[in-house]
Amino acid sequence: MRDIVRRALDTAAQRGAGYADARLVRRRERSASVKGGAVEKLGSAESEGLGIRVLVDGAWGFASTGDVSGAAIDEAAALAVRVARASSRAGEGAVELAPRPVAQGRYETPVAIDPFEVPLERTVERLTRAERAMAVVAGVATTTAGYGALREWKSFGSSDGSDIEQIITHVGGDLEVTASAADDLQRRTYPESSGGYAAAGYEHFESLGLVERAPIIAEEVVELLTAPVLPPGRRTVVLHPSQLYLQIHESCGHPTELDRVFGAEAAFAGTSFLTTNKLDAGFRYGSPLVDIVADATTPGGLGTFGWDDEGVAAQRVPLISEGIFSGYLTSRDTASRLGRESGGSVRADGWDRLPLIRMTNISLLPRPGMTLDDIVADTEDGLWLEANRSWSIDDRRLNFQFATEIAREIKGGKLGQLYRNATYTGITPAFWGSCDAVADASTWTMVGVTNCGKGQPGQAMHVGHGCSGARFRDVQVGVGG
Amino acid sequence: MSGPGNDPTMLEIADRSVAMALDADASQAEAVVIRSAESLTRFANNEIHQNVAASDISISLRFIDGRRVAVASSNRIDERALLDLASTAGEMARLQPESEAFTSLPTPAPITFVEGAWSQATAAADPELRADAAAAVIGAAKGIGAQAFGLCSTSSEEVAVASSLGVTATEPRARAQVLTVMTDDEGGTGYSERVAVDITDLDAAAIGSEAAERTAAMRDPIELAAGDYPVVLDGFAVVDIADMLGYVGFSALAVEEGRSFFEPGRRVGSDLVTLVDDSAERSGTPASFDYEGMPKRRVQLIENGVCREVVHDAQTAARAGVESTGHGLPAPNPWGPFPVHLSFAAGTTSSDELIGPIDRGLLVTRFHYTNVVHPKQAVITGMTRDGLFLIEGGKVVAPVRNLRFTQSYLDALSGVEAVSSERRALEGFLGTAVVPAMRIASFSFTGATEH
Repeated sequence: MRDIVRRALDTAAQRGAGYADARLVRRRERSASVKGGAVEKLGSAESEGLGIRVLVDGAWGFASTGDVSGAAIDEAAALAVRVARASSRAGEGAVELAPRPVAQGRYETPVAIDPFEVPLERTVERLTRAERAMAVVAGVATTTAGYGALREWKSFGSSDGSDIEQIITHVGGDLEVTASAADDLQRRTYPESSGGYAAAGYEHFESLGLVERAPIIAEEVVELLTAPVLPPGRRTVVLHPSQLYLQIHESCGHPTELDRVFGAEAAFAGTSFLTTNKLDAGFRYGSPLVDIVADATTPGGLGTFGWDDEGVAAQRVPLISEGIFSGYLTSRDTASRLGRESGGSVRADGWDRLPLIRMTNISLLPRPGMTLDDIVADTEDGLWLEANRSWSIDDRRLNFQFATEIAREIKGGKLGQLYRNATYTGITPAFWGSCDAVADASTWTMVGVTNCGKGQPGQAMHVGHGCSGARFRDVQVGVGG
Repeated sequence: MSGPGNDPTMLEIADRSVAMALDADASQAEAVVIRSAESLTRFANNEIHQNVAASDISISLRFIDGRRVAVASSNRIDERALLDLASTAGEMARLQPESEAFTSLPTPAPITFVEGAWSQATAAADPELRADAAAAVIGAAKGIGAQAFGLCSTSSEEVAVASSLGVTATEPRARAQVLTVMTDDEGGTGYSERVAVDITDLDAAAIGSEAAERTAAMRDPIELAAGDYPVVLDGFAVVDIADMLGYVGFSALAVEEGRSFFEPGRRVGSDLVTLVDDSAERSGTPASFDYEGMPKRRVQLIENGVCREVVHDAQTAARAGVESTGHGLPAPNPWGPFPVHLSFAAGTTSSDELIGPIDRGLLVTRFHYTNVVHPKQAVITGMTRDGLFLIEGGKVVAPVRNLRFTQSYLDALSGVEAVSSERRALEGFLGTAVVPAMRIASFSFTGATEH
């Protein structure tokens, strides 16, 4: 693999690239799902190719090819240089790269049981048992149990001497059950609607407890069909990690992407309210209980690696410290504009996509003092919100609206009445500013997201979010119920 | 069966893969081969900042062993790789119990090849041409002291489908797009976009001018309280209604599973609302067959406000005892059939006249980050973006800061009072949609933001 990378870099240099980096990626995936008593999907996918990024006179060009023959690699490298030169027809070409140490080494996701060595019938058998455990509950409409495993072998090289090998493995499994009435559809998922993935081996899938949890969510979805709709009002809400992770993702992860701040995504996903004048200016993002970090070294996170796709070493970057905005997710070419070094947040979705600033593991740190149960017990009048079912946020990441699968009344510190079709909405800094309790580490969970969309052409990134649950005051709920 | 100008080697690869599957004791097999080339030039702050080109060839083999199905895919097409593909798919198929859900791959059906799916100009577009398109848009932005963000993309693909039941189809397809968001220091923001098969049909300067005009009109937006307002939705917003209804309602699988609002004969819109899925629509991006090699049929989803049909793939069609409408996605496909050539019928009102009867309401350019709140009621939430204007006395009187809406799209269609005679071809969720602007009696805005 390294010879192919080296050839691409050499060709780019010969064609005039001032800087180049190249990634040869081999990706292997396995997927299975059981639905309605039958195998719905059994799939295997393999892909291999090279992506090369070049800087010519301060302008970027990128080309990729699924053909890794010498001639095709040369052609891709030459095309990348031509593309970079074309960029100068509209622009000054002022890209500068923040310095980083030359990266050399190897990283591999710790795996106890290799998912690609486990016979698929073992997986299908477990999925079938979980799916049956949901299907036997009276009143359910559809029942699905799913599994997925992904492995990427990546060889990265750069014209300034970096040479890295990485093997990343992600495994997940999940359940979904629906119940339907004339004008309503209810859904329950487990562990989360995002698929239950972790950076781990097959042992993660076996630890999820799908078969044990299946009847519980099936009974919940049937109960939801006849539950009252959540009435509108301003309420105290306690967010379970299965909802809180997406609140972090949308209202803390994306706004801190520095390329968004600089307008790189303005024509697609939008920009950010978190303009650079707010950095080192004491901008209050949340209450003093809110500590959020981007940590690419967290075990099990889908954003965990050895080096990012620019060869910057994995690290922990504080984003919000005791409620004060303290840092961005950065790349070499954006960090340089702030006079800083990259925090190592550049990632690409496969060999055929340009590396972009992406989340790693964006996590809300736990607070010693109260368990999540303690927070419920400490809440006189509120709502427990669990399991995301819908999300939306504006193009500067301020006005958000979420819906959850489960809402339960909290009265006198105890969970009570179940509601359906729960929604809540708010403005990002005001919402995080209303956080008055963060649970301790006993419920801290690393949630994997496999569908984080960004970029054109589109890229779907695997990212992680650790959180333990938290309470927020005076939140508008029950929109459009 | 093949369309014009395709490469016969694509079908040869598919046929070879099917033969290998049969040699590996498949009872049926289907191979889909796609050769793709995609180039995209992205600009921000009046400069090109991302500029990419990608090419690949992929093969997907659906291996049938009795009533057991497995799918293996790869982007290697040499002899050894194709043998591995058949072996992997065969091993996986045999790992599972027999399924009552699967009956058979589809049998061949005659394909009428549509015109206008291919453009050599788009396929041959080079980075310099895309850069010049970007420069034209940027020029329009500079003309009003604004910043342009956006893209020019050109892509082409050749699709070949072959099966052991005799399905054989190939077609080359092309697509080009120019879009831009503009902003300035006075709070102005605007949008424009076009999609076409032929890049030479896209006038980048005109696209830039439209966005620039909107940007200038959006300077210094006022605050407006959330509430119910009559609206005129530009086509850039209407495309989201088409997409979301296609997503939650018009798939036969969604109906089977009780997820859809769809019932034949149910009224879901005013008489002015007609929605079809029509892959032969020349102003969109035509295609002749789906990823199962089935001919694409025009499907009447809503006729004068009344639900008529849903789209099928081979599996939902077999269960329903009807023919596939040609809406199968690449296997393995847990989502079921999907409409990807949605088209709202044009009306008789000019776009400029749509706002005339509105005493106090809003003109909405586009929506942002929409998502489903209640699938069976088609309640959607999202934000306005890049152009929201107050209408008073039939005239646009002020730009407005963005609002959040939470609205049943079915209720919105029931309130359609007028439809524009002009339509736009725009990027849809999985394909291209052709949409007019609409005047709607009431639209529910449930929140506000700070810009």
